[in-house]
Amino acid sequence: MGTGFDAARVLRPRGLQFFGWFALLFFLASQAGGLLLTPPDRDMGHLQKIMYVHVPSAWMSLLAYAIVFGFGVMFLWKRDLKWDLMAAATAEAGIVFTGLALLTGSIWGRPTWGIWWTWDARLTSEAVLFIMYAGYLALRAMTDDEMRRARWSAAIAALGFLNTYIVYMSVRWWRTLHQIQSSPSTVDPQYVLFLRLNAFAFLFILIWFAASRYRVARLTRDIEESVEERALRPQTEGVHV
Amino acid sequence: MSVASELARARAIAWKDLTAERRTKANFNAVLFFAALVLLLFGFALGPDNDALRGAAAGVLWLTVLFGGVLSFNRSYEMELEGGALEALLLYPGDRRALFLGKLLANLAFLLLVELVLVPLAAVLYDLPLFRPGPGLFGVIILGTLGFVTLGTFYAAMASRARAREVLLPLLLFPMLVPLLLAAVEATKALLARDLMGDAGSWIRLLVVFDVIFLVASFFAFEYVIEE
Repeated sequence: MGTGFDAARVLRPRGLQFFGWFALLFFLASQAGGLLLTPPDRDMGHLQKIMYVHVPSAWMSLLAYAIVFGFGVMFLWKRDLKWDLMAAATAEAGIVFTGLALLTGSIWGRPTWGIWWTWDARLTSEAVLFIMYAGYLALRAMTDDEMRRARWSAAIAALGFLNTYIVYMSVRWWRTLHQIQSSPSTVDPQYVLFLRLNAFAFLFILIWFAASRYRVARLTRDIEESVEERALRPQTEGVHV
Repeated sequence: MSVASELARARAIAWKDLTAERRTKANFNAVLFFAALVLLLFGFALGPDNDALRGAAAGVLWLTVLFGGVLSFNRSYEMELEGGALEALLLYPGDRRALFLGKLLANLAFLLLVELVLVPLAAVLYDLPLFRPGPGLFGVIILGTLGFVTLGTFYAAMASRARAREVLLPLLLFPMLVPLLLAAVEATKALLARDLMGDAGSWIRLLVVFDVIFLVASFFAFEYVIEE
């Protein structure tokens, strides 16, 4: 910070840029493979192709929340704000995938079930997850002290993470209308390869999003700190304002 | 510090909060009238068909409790913040979790008192057989309120010290309460219908599990929320 500020390196971090291109190309290749190389589904036809976006998004939405929880625990343990900024960056990426999973699920549900929305366990808990992400980010936006914000965020992520499974199970008892969970054994093997490839593609995109957001958060914090430092520096030559 | 002295501290904090409330009654009256108003408004929105109202009554009752209760949790910390009293409370020796326990007990007593008026009122307005279900219904109300108050007290410790606290608290709290709302509504519904299907028991078990998990979790996480 301060003296060793290398603008060229920070503004164009080579590793992140390279990883971004890699993630993008991997994503395009996996999507193209899923769309072009697998046959249309017997019942759903080409509609089934939305699976390559919907399923990986839903996985990433849960994975990201688990990572947010993990980073929160790391912060409480190490007391280094780095972990908190990483948790926040992951949450920002996670809410995007949660929204995408909801949106694609709804688009798929309309022609398949004839309805945009159904009160099924996975759909409903995904919606609750979306609001939990939103609450997490809203609390962050409404708190100024960064240590306090970090501690509170970690606590919220912990309780929220605990709750995801309880929400899912309770809604499932309440009502079930979803098809049985897809696992590689219920999905035709020719779809499995591209579903897996797309899962990795989405994972890379998630990491890239989170890393980019983390970089921005770090830069913002550095700037804020240096502005603060300059404002607090004692005025020389006896200048009075 | 022994467990007994921590409990005594928690009781002292609860007693202090309840005494302050008893002397003004401002919060109690406001929450109670707001909740009664919500019951009326739901009636207007869903009625006037008596059967439809009776069918929706369990859900309406619990939503009314949630909407009314959420208004009172922030207040329990604002009271301290206004006089700069929270710092003083935190400076006292002993475990800070006693503060959480004390606030929780005060909020629980407060909300149960509100419900003491609210539930009979709902029974009148929505034509419910209040005494048919027997003690089971009171158990459901106490378990549901306990879980609600636990998380409410926990999240209000943060929301009351953030900006936009009025909207922040429900945004944080309500998604967490989805399992509790489902269990409480389904159990209440089943008990009001004489529990013919015999499924109130499993919902009550879910309520107990939810209460235990979040009592323990928020009790231990509170330390990180209150520390300065």
